[in-house]
Amino acid sequence: MKKLRYLFFLILLGLTTISAFAQQQRFPKPEFDSGYTQPTPETPEPRALSMEYFDVLVLLIVLSLATYFVLKRRSRQGILWLSVFTLLYFGFYRNGCICSIGAIQNMTLSFFDPNYAISLTALLFFVFPLAFTLFFGRTFCAGACPLGAIQDLVIIKPISLPKWLNKTLGLIPYIYLALAVLFAATGTDFIICRYDPFIGIFRMDAQFHMVVFGAAFLLMGMFVARPYCRFFCPYGVLLSWMSRFSKWHLTITPSKCIQCKLCTHSCPFDAIDFPTNEKDVLKSGLGPKRFITYAVIIPLWVAAGAFVGAKSHTFLSKANPDVYLAELLIAKPELKNDLDNIDIQTFLSR
Amino acid sequence: MEKNSKSKNRREFLQSGVRLSLALALGSVSGLALSKVIKDDYVWQIDPFECTQCGRCATDCVMSPSAVKCLHAFDLCGYCDLCGGYLKPDANARTTAAENQLCPTGAIERRYIEEPYFEYHINVDLCIGCAKCVKGCTSFGNGSMHLQIIHDICLNCNECSIARVCPSNAIKRVKASEAYKVKGDFTNKPKA
Repeated sequence: MKKLRYLFFLILLGLTTISAFAQQQRFPKPEFDSGYTQPTPETPEPRALSMEYFDVLVLLIVLSLATYFVLKRRSRQGILWLSVFTLLYFGFYRNGCICSIGAIQNMTLSFFDPNYAISLTALLFFVFPLAFTLFFGRTFCAGACPLGAIQDLVIIKPISLPKWLNKTLGLIPYIYLALAVLFAATGTDFIICRYDPFIGIFRMDAQFHMVVFGAAFLLMGMFVARPYCRFFCPYGVLLSWMSRFSKWHLTITPSKCIQCKLCTHSCPFDAIDFPTNEKDVLKSGLGPKRFITYAVIIPLWVAAGAFVGAKSHTFLSKANPDVYLAELLIAKPELKNDLDNIDIQTFLSR
Repeated sequence: MEKNSKSKNRREFLQSGVRLSLALALGSVSGLALSKVIKDDYVWQIDPFECTQCGRCATDCVMSPSAVKCLHAFDLCGYCDLCGGYLKPDANARTTAAENQLCPTGAIERRYIEEPYFEYHINVDLCIGCAKCVKGCTSFGNGSMHLQIIHDICLNCNECSIARVCPSNAIKRVKASEAYKVKGDFTNKPKA
């Protein structure tokens, strides 16, 4: 038995030396006589980890300052200058990456991809604004988000949208969030980062259609205030859940409101609803009516969502490059012989 | 009056109840993520052994010119006079005239060492990451030229736009402490 094992090791040793010989360089490195010293390839280091933590610190400071300006000082000017700083630091200096909005996808991927673990910076960028919002309202949007800041600074003459349009467009972020989570979970794509309209402006370099997209948003933003935040931002969905139940949130006390509408007219985002007088609500029986409407509508919504999801999954799965190529090859098997198509050739050799 | 204060209490009760559950949800989600968090940061890296030199690195990076550059592993280089990465394959004339050079931007500098050996040095400022030299070197030479993402140029996007179009999935997230995969051996195995 022992002899057998020795024999086995001997053969193994022989095999490894043979394979080492087989891995001969085509052109072996020469021996130089002239005292030549071989240079080493230059590999510049990536941005230091400490700088990434510094970004988290900056985020914390900006969030605290925004909260202070909004809730304590009630200073619009403070928020304005904070927005300028955010735009310069997180926007133009950090090139819009890392951002809390995109961190949704890193969170999702870390739950669904066993090989991926979220980095601590991305996790903190995801959690801090949500935690702040849970207590102080959406101060992140006010002063700490570079995408919000760039839109806030271009508002010239905001017009008021009709309520039905506002509500309908406000559903887009939910769909966007669902798609972003779906595509991140399946490892298909990070659509929030890919279709971020302002990242090209932050980088001063982008593909043409993204430049047009970003410019269109900014132009629209002059009259419809913060269009991306209100009608697209998927992180805004999470923030609005938190904000609705936040502890120190600005509120209107209905009994003290004299309905002068100064706030309604000065808010560029149509965010202030008419305050309802509680006594009138009790009298008119609006509460039970509303409850019944919601009790009917919410299950309908869920059913509609499930139906749309069930109908669209074949279509959505095509966004994944592997699924797309596999289905393409099933549909057109002759493409296997197309040697010029590198996607298909590498897909087949994988 | 009493009724009013009661309804207010109910509202506050509901509000703080939902707030608590939201806080718990946020805490548990981040706690779950925290259970496998890494302290290091991620960067993007090209695995030169999986790269097919398709040339998309030059066109699909968000930077122009691309943050992907050719890196020359001098350990592997044969210092040949007739270099497959430097000269076009049919350049039998062996003149180093510009029309015979493979590199579209003239980023490869050829330096004489001693007869008949030459050192090939890549000027990172001129390189656009088109992988033409990599293809030539891998096909006709030792494969010492290979693409790498240069990390003082790379913006480290959350999702690399080249990784999205890479046909062989050669671009991967790696820990920032092991940012480069410089060829030093003929095989993919780590050095013993």
